Amino acid sequence: MLKRVLNIDLTNETYKIEEMENLFTLFLGGIGTGIRLLERNCPESTDSNSENAPIIFCIGTLEGLFPCCSKTAAVFKSPLTGNLGESYAGGKLGLAMRFADYGAIVIKGKAKRSTYISIHNEDVKFHNATTLKGLSTYATARVLREVEKRKGIQSIVTIGPAGERLIRYANVNVDTYRHFGRLGLGAVFGSKNLKAITISGNQSYEIDDKKTYKTVYRAIYDILINTPIMQKYHDLGTSVNILPLNELRCLPTRNLQTSSFEGADKISGELFASEYLTKKIACGQCPIGCIHIATIRIPFGSEHEYESMKVPYDYEPLFSLGTMLGISSPEEVMRLIEIVDGKGLDAMSTGVILAWATEAYEHGLISAKETMGIPLYWGKGDNYRKIIENLVNGSNEFYKILSTGVLKASGIFGGHDYALELGRNEIAGYHCGYATILGQLYGGRHSHLDNGGYALDQKLHSNPMEPEKIVETLILEEQGRCVFNSLVACLFARGMYTDKIISDALEVAGIKRTPEELAELGELIYTERFKFKIREGFDLDNLKIPKRFYETESFNGMLNEKNMEKLAEIYRERIKGLL
Amino acid sequence: MVKKLKVVHMERCIGCLSCMITCSREVHDCFSTSKSAILVKTQGGEEGNFVVVKCRACSDPPCAEVCPEDALKPREGGGVVLIAEKCNGCGQCVDGCIVGAITMDEESAKPIICIHCGHCVKFCPHGVLGLEETKVY
Repeated sequence: MLKRVLNIDLTNETYKIEEMENLFTLFLGGIGTGIRLLERNCPESTDSNSENAPIIFCIGTLEGLFPCCSKTAAVFKSPLTGNLGESYAGGKLGLAMRFADYGAIVIKGKAKRSTYISIHNEDVKFHNATTLKGLSTYATARVLREVEKRKGIQSIVTIGPAGERLIRYANVNVDTYRHFGRLGLGAVFGSKNLKAITISGNQSYEIDDKKTYKTVYRAIYDILINTPIMQKYHDLGTSVNILPLNELRCLPTRNLQTSSFEGADKISGELFASEYLTKKIACGQCPIGCIHIATIRIPFGSEHEYESMKVPYDYEPLFSLGTMLGISSPEEVMRLIEIVDGKGLDAMSTGVILAWATEAYEHGLISAKETMGIPLYWGKGDNYRKIIENLVNGSNEFYKILSTGVLKASGIFGGHDYALELGRNEIAGYHCGYATILGQLYGGRHSHLDNGGYALDQKLHSNPMEPEKIVETLILEEQGRCVFNSLVACLFARGMYTDKIISDALEVAGIKRTPEELAELGELIYTERFKFKIREGFDLDNLKIPKRFYETESFNGMLNEKNMEKLAEIYRERIKGLL
Repeated sequence: MVKKLKVVHMERCIGCLSCMITCSREVHDCFSTSKSAILVKTQGGEEGNFVVVKCRACSDPPCAEVCPEDALKPREGGGVVLIAEKCNGCGQCVDGCIVGAITMDEESAKPIICIHCGHCVKFCPHGVLGLEETKVY
């Protein structure tokens, strides 16, 4: 059903629509099709910020057709890691692409000035966006929503000042509350002078077997609504994790100097739900509604004057901008999330970098001279807000270095042992054990979501496995997720979308695949991703694990380097064997 | 007893669009959000509120009044029934509906009219929509 690829050339302000049905039928869309398009469109050793570097958005075969299949894959060359950029966002982008009838959008070239693109079905226009320069992601979307009123489902994709200023972990905002968060897609937008994209469409599609479509849809919807499988995501949302992870000593705190936080109950999902949660919203065609929005008010003036702001919150920003910075005031965390989202920074990378900077400041590796007089102390939200302003503005050499990521910054100032990156990507909020670390280190996009190592570690605590089995489990999980990320279903629904349900759903879309064939496809996509990484200079044998991981107790106790290296060696050999 | 579609708890909407995709699937037999008699939109974007636009089952439907071909027949209990053979696709009903609940199906050039069947109600995860018996007053 998916077939069209929209190729956009920003340099010449032209576009071309290609039909590539096979690419979608064989690889199902999402990362499967996306990685192929990246290989074709990204010449070897292309600078991530050059005209030749492509931005690729790819939706999946099941997009919009069934509940929770609402994500879009972005595939690009990462300015942060220098190899594979792969990130996912929800919102309504997937639906908008589906009903504009594009399976993928490939953007190349560089606009001569700040530009936004409007896409409505087959109508593609390039607009002067110099008026929007420097505007926050939120404000940009507010303007475009008024200017581009179109029929059908519409999605608005923007960058903030961080992307415009090429911060290497700038993100891309989708429909105000969702993001292509990781690996710096915002900087790729910025390097192309691309401020925003609006996309809308109102196409309709015939389904051959209408009866089966209705039956399968109902079955999926019933499981989602009438079983407890999605309750966690709908009820408290991902922030439900704060208290249990704190209890288990998995919650990185103050740059992972400890793995539990004395202020956890003040920034827990439970506390936010009872005091600040005012609204939940959903991605397109998802009945769960996991997007939790808090409303906070900040007093100003003496006559009961308040600034009020609506802030989306999830587990990861509560970890990175909360526990990692030692902040136990819910309002302070919310204000940090608000500024980071508005500037268009990845909340996870930003928090981890600020945590490293705070510890380096404590150790005297950086001083008030570098920070332009702003002291860095754990728990001081107002100082961190000033630091973020300076970081985005590139106020001096120090702030410019901070904008390149924690690995490069620690390479210059020191403190590499506690610069918490794995594969050049700042870490996620889990210190559960070996699988957590290895999963991020050897995951295709260095994300905790590549293979769920943090979840495996929680199982290993009571059911230990042989090293070979641990590696095998992580790799198989990642291969399975490669299929999931091609559909593109939300990983939160992975417990519900069994092999059988995926096969049934694909059949409605006219694609027959057995579970065995799907597993083969997962292996193929997994391998293709690594081939691209290695082509772009990723070196499996040259990855380091910061010492801090061995100094702080994890859920599985103290970790040691010898055990880690044993597992890592097996992992590297297994990956090499697949290439 | 004749029933009509009602918005029971507008403020509980999460904007998932399940109702729209269900109307297209169950009533119009296709995969779409455009071929839907119900529309969920935002006021002020995702930061604002969701609004459901749908047929209010008027007792004296203005859409029927403006139809030059009498293709929209007032329905018992409110709203209208489309007599497709009579419709010339002029689209005056679209402008005639003051809440904007009628859109044109671009393929068939006929208006999409709510039949108050209640399929969307069954696929609304938050009980925003309901089906109630019509009252005469």
